[in-house]
Amino acid sequence: MQWEVVIGLETHAQLNTVSKIFSGAATAFGAEPNVQACAVDIALPGVLPVMNKGAVARAIRFGLAVGATVAPRSVFARKNYFYPDLPKGYQISQFELPVVVGGSVTIQVGQGEAAYEKTVNLTRAHLEEDAGKSLHEDFHGKSGIDLNRAGTPLLEIVTEPEMRSAAEAVAYAKALHSLVRWIDICDGNMQEGSFRCDANVSVRPKGQAEFGTRAEIKNLNSFRFLEEAINYEVRRQIELIEDGGKVVQETRLYDPDRKETRSMRSKEDAHDYRYFPDPDLLPLVISADWIEAVKGDMPELPQAMRSRFQEEYALSAYDASTLTSSLEMARYFEAAAAAAGKANAKLCANWIMGDLSARLNRDGKDIAESPVGAAQLAGLVARIGDSTISNAIGKKVFEALWNGEGQSADAVIEAQGLKQITDTGAIEKIIDEVLCANQKSVEEFRSGKEKAFNSLVGQCMKATKGKANPQQVNDLLRKKLAG
Amino acid sequence: MSLSLEQVQRIALLARIEISPLEAEATRGQLNHIFELIEEMQAVDTKGVEPMSHAQDLALRLREDAATEENRRAAFQAVAPEVEAGLYLVPKVIE
Repeated sequence: MQWEVVIGLETHAQLNTVSKIFSGAATAFGAEPNVQACAVDIALPGVLPVMNKGAVARAIRFGLAVGATVAPRSVFARKNYFYPDLPKGYQISQFELPVVVGGSVTIQVGQGEAAYEKTVNLTRAHLEEDAGKSLHEDFHGKSGIDLNRAGTPLLEIVTEPEMRSAAEAVAYAKALHSLVRWIDICDGNMQEGSFRCDANVSVRPKGQAEFGTRAEIKNLNSFRFLEEAINYEVRRQIELIEDGGKVVQETRLYDPDRKETRSMRSKEDAHDYRYFPDPDLLPLVISADWIEAVKGDMPELPQAMRSRFQEEYALSAYDASTLTSSLEMARYFEAAAAAAGKANAKLCANWIMGDLSARLNRDGKDIAESPVGAAQLAGLVARIGDSTISNAIGKKVFEALWNGEGQSADAVIEAQGLKQITDTGAIEKIIDEVLCANQKSVEEFRSGKEKAFNSLVGQCMKATKGKANPQQVNDLLRKKLAG
Repeated sequence: MSLSLEQVQRIALLARIEISPLEAEATRGQLNHIFELIEEMQAVDTKGVEPMSHAQDLALRLREDAATEENRRAAFQAVAPEVEAGLYLVPKVIE
């Protein structure tokens, strides 16, 4: 039987406010346990929540970025369940009237010939508070509770069940991850749990209209785990059904060591949350003026920038998409292209996506902290563009700039004498010497071995320490050998 | 509508309230009275009336995003039943 996979994602993006959603406690990661948990966060009797304007502003930014409706009026609700890292006995969330309704994210799936674009529709996004953390080991049979994270603002972003493969789910998660960082509402740090996904997965026979029973895989905090967990879960459900079994609606956890999902042994009423409007909080009202003000403060969005890069700099869709994978990279490229001139834009793109990215990767650095600034790279690219140096020498100059051996490409070229030799006389002299010393190759070439020619070019380049213009060497050498 | 005894027990479990069978019966009577009241209210025609989520017709007050709370862990943990290494200790919970 042909099966179709149905996936919906719920993503928790931690909003990068300095204080919590309903209290003035700090949200910095990595503090000592419970030093950032105030009376509201630990739910002492008599405390009241006061909403953080910064969290609302970030929700508005997100709504605008995905083309959603920002609700003029939304309501906070209590989601009731008992767990020690939730000291109130309920989580303040939004249920019937969320702050963001609808919207969509466009994703590129796959590469090369098989690549395609798809729009994933969002159901909603709502504001809520995070819970604390439970530590289960090493407290003589007890659990330790750290409430620093309790009350940290989250935006839970929910998609329609529209993804049809793990690859689509990962492409969506990556696009969303890039977007929340782009609009600067979330730091996107997945190791620290600032961006985590729950995947709702089900399968159905191809052509069937109704959805199958779904399982929810919780807390996937890397793109690789997301992909592995979905693929495992799909196989598990198909095998189960083909063996005559039935999928049970349940919550599962992914174990990355054993590469499998496992049922969380929860009681059946764990999901009876008994939501009701929180009487401590009045309806959240967002005026049209506020939305307009936030709109005026939004950066150009990745989608728009991609199209502009293709048009303005004549870049391929792939290049434009790679360069807009983060706002920092896009800004670096634009600064470099502006300094090096539009004619060198493609060369700038190549250097950023090639040597610069590789070098940043090797040193575990972000482009924002690159030792070679955009202006420096532009200077280097300009010298390659006007044939002062070859691309190969460019790599040498780049390395020197990276190591701080010069302020600019020009300074490095000057100091290390790397300027390309374009004087025909000088190159001819070198060629003569090479031909003299390599009679064997000359004879081989004359007897028809084209390979021998390349070896002679190589010898000439070596004799000039790579500074000769390779095309010029080629032309002159051919002329000499013919004569 | 009228609640069954099982439903009362389930509500008690969800709210983590321990009730004896005798209390359950009494509670059932009280809850059913409340439901009767609700039924009476539900009989009112509310077509065209916007649902109300709060008794006061006001908007939520917002505060600026600033960390204003100091670390008062020592004071809070002085009244906690058990703490260790800055953590609150509770009976073991594992899902």
